[in-house]
Amino acid sequence: MCLAVPAKLITHNGLEGVVDLHGNRLPVNIMLTPDAQPGDWLLIHAGFAIEKLDPKQAGETWALLRDVAQAAANSPAGSEADASAHSSTGKGDRR
Amino acid sequence: MTIQKSALSSMSTSIQPPATFQCVVLGHGGGGQLTDVLINQLVLPRLGNPALTDLLDSGMLDDGRLALTIDSYVVQPLFFPGGDIGRLAVSGTVNDLAVSGAVPMGLALSMILAEGLPRQILERVLDSAAATAAEAGVRVITGDTKVVGRGQADGIYLTTAGVGKMEPSPQPHPARVQPGDILIINGPIGEHGLAVMLAREMPEVQSVLRSDAAPLNGLIGQLRTCVPGVVFMRDPTRGGLAGVAADLAARTGYRIILEEMQIPIRPEARHAADMLGLDPLDIANEGKVLMAVRPAEAQAALNLIQSHPLGHQAAIIGHVSTEIDGLCVLRTEIGGQRIVQKPYGEQLPRIC
Amino acid sequence: MNIGARPSEELLRALHASAADIGRSIAFMEVCGTHTTSAFRCGLHSVMPKNVRLISGPGCPVCVTAQADIDELIDLGSRREITLCTYGDMLRVPGKHGSLEKARGDGANIEVVYSSLDAVRMAQTHPDRQVVFAAVGFETTAPATAAAICAAQELGLDNFTVLASHKLILPAMRALLSAADRPMIDGFLCPGHVSVIIGSDAYRCIVEEFNTPCVIGGFEPGLLLSSLLCLTEMIAAGRVALVNQYPQAVRPTGNAHAQALLQKVFETGNAHWRGLGLIPQSGLFLRQGYARFNAAQRFSLKPVEDREPAGCICGRIISGLALPPECKLFGRACTPVQPIGPCMVSSEGTCAAWFKYGPHRAESHGVAPAQQLQEVLP
Repeated sequence: MCLAVPAKLITHNGLEGVVDLHGNRLPVNIMLTPDAQPGDWLLIHAGFAIEKLDPKQAGETWALLRDVAQAAANSPAGSEADASAHSSTGKGDRR
Repeated sequence: MTIQKSALSSMSTSIQPPATFQCVVLGHGGGGQLTDVLINQLVLPRLGNPALTDLLDSGMLDDGRLALTIDSYVVQPLFFPGGDIGRLAVSGTVNDLAVSGAVPMGLALSMILAEGLPRQILERVLDSAAATAAEAGVRVITGDTKVVGRGQADGIYLTTAGVGKMEPSPQPHPARVQPGDILIINGPIGEHGLAVMLAREMPEVQSVLRSDAAPLNGLIGQLRTCVPGVVFMRDPTRGGLAGVAADLAARTGYRIILEEMQIPIRPEARHAADMLGLDPLDIANEGKVLMAVRPAEAQAALNLIQSHPLGHQAAIIGHVSTEIDGLCVLRTEIGGQRIVQKPYGEQLPRIC
Repeated sequence: MNIGARPSEELLRALHASAADIGRSIAFMEVCGTHTTSAFRCGLHSVMPKNVRLISGPGCPVCVTAQADIDELIDLGSRREITLCTYGDMLRVPGKHGSLEKARGDGANIEVVYSSLDAVRMAQTHPDRQVVFAAVGFETTAPATAAAICAAQELGLDNFTVLASHKLILPAMRALLSAADRPMIDGFLCPGHVSVIIGSDAYRCIVEEFNTPCVIGGFEPGLLLSSLLCLTEMIAAGRVALVNQYPQAVRPTGNAHAQALLQKVFETGNAHWRGLGLIPQSGLFLRQGYARFNAAQRFSLKPVEDREPAGCICGRIISGLALPPECKLFGRACTPVQPIGPCMVSSEGTCAAWFKYGPHRAESHGVAPAQQLQEVLP
């Protein structure tokens, strides 16, 4: 019922944060994840971070890990990573 | 669990709902099923004739020797990453001619300007239109200017009409499509629609996504010269790849198979679409062409497109199957299948 | 990075093997519209084992909103002095007299927003307008509404209100399982993002009281498959348990900050659900201290009679008692172009998903499931 996407916190100033979603930087409110730090992966729903994603817990699932791995490979986030552009509609964590 | 045949067939072709409407809504201009409703209920009964009823990108004149097309541009914002209304107005009309198999000869440009529009904005738009026309190698040979009162229009509306000379080689047309034909697209999808939607609805978002708006007549001209087996072309603008592919299936009566894993899309676009709750297949492109090519020539076509600056990331994304049901079916990542339909109307960001 | 995940072919093969072990027909219910859409988008139904059905429960906020609430919203949105801010999801939902989309066509001030805070900003920048935020959604979305109300309070805005019809998923799951005509549900695929807020422990009551397995799952096709595999393996082994397959986002006790915010602003009360009727303690209502942000109070809305469109079986569909093609209106009078029931409007509504991505069983493609599987499996 609720679309939410993982994105990495870049900066924050009080409750106002900026996350990077694969080259899309958007402001989010982090009042629901007040201890989030830059570099943390957050789950974003309707302009709010609703949880910090725990990479240690991700063992059996790969959606988050793939994102983290991809982001590590394509640093810095926000650059036009042409090498990764030939992905497909089917890949990746959807919501 | 199985669906009755009747339900299936009602889904396969364009839907004729009992829908009548008293007022036009934004969705009627979305290029999807709602637009079809408006055209089928109001336009065709009054203006329909053999040339119009085909509803292709251009109409034919002079026994098929000339192509004529027209398009209006009301995009907001006027300037967006990767383009602006001027670039869009020229490339959109040039592309409609090119995919019809015509060499653009000249454009007409009509402007509706709102009172109070800053001169500088008009200059920028016209500069961009001129640069795009030069890029396409086509000239604006006539035009019109009207100004309406403040508040009666939103900045600038442009209309461009174009005339093109049909090449002697057979016209690309859905009627020429056969089972086995290969579907090729010249690059990653969804970027124009997403760039504009983000700029309009979420200006606070900084995105690397840029509109792909570009005149494709150069690419298409080369292709048509070297690969005679290109039998169909269409630019997936409003309604996206889904709209064009579903329409091709409905027009040919064959099943169109798309391979999800082969459809090029940048991760930036995919994630932005996910965030907005949109299906990338439904999102508009302005520098893309979907084409059907005879299987023996598909690789040659792909190579040629990939060697063009506007086709580096071209890919084979599907084929025309022998089954006759007029459906577009997407084979998905997990090997499943689903029907691809023309979107309904306006693309709306959603959160649920 | 070592990604210890199983590829989808392997998951699919395991799912089929596990389903074959069960030897009877089983049905799982997903109670999350995003699961519904995800499943359709990846063509999941076309590769499911023949004896396993995935049915869609009351998981789409637009679909469960009572007709009366929708009528109220459209009525409010059509008033001259009001700017109504809504998530895009609600725009096309039909009420007694058209939709918000149609109202906008007729001149109403309707703005589509991505975040509740956009509505607060709208109120801030348009002090001469009454801004009403149409607050729908489950536990995932409700904290954003609460945050918007707190922000409006802090800013001292007296032109911002919300028309809230937030709902809670657990009371609906309990109501389904307690109903006289209880749908056959062998297990729940629990909503991943609601669970982020309420925590995985919240489903223990379902497992214990109703002896029904629950798996909390993510949304990516592979995650969907692995959640379904987990459910079938439980059934095959005769085990009833709660399994959290989305641990990177879902903690046992959920997000305490979000829960505290909800507690601060809302209290629970009985709420009307489309098709399910009145469910005790299933809605979130503004506490008395926030009454001045309640649009129903500010604009003295009178209760509207709740009347569902004739012939529409959305209610039975979201209860898992019927499938869209069983509805006489489906695909004929009711299409996404001219929707009658809300399940056809919301892109995550069951009817819309069936219509858009359906005919989804392999046999309706004229492809035998076994054949199709061979294409999938190496």
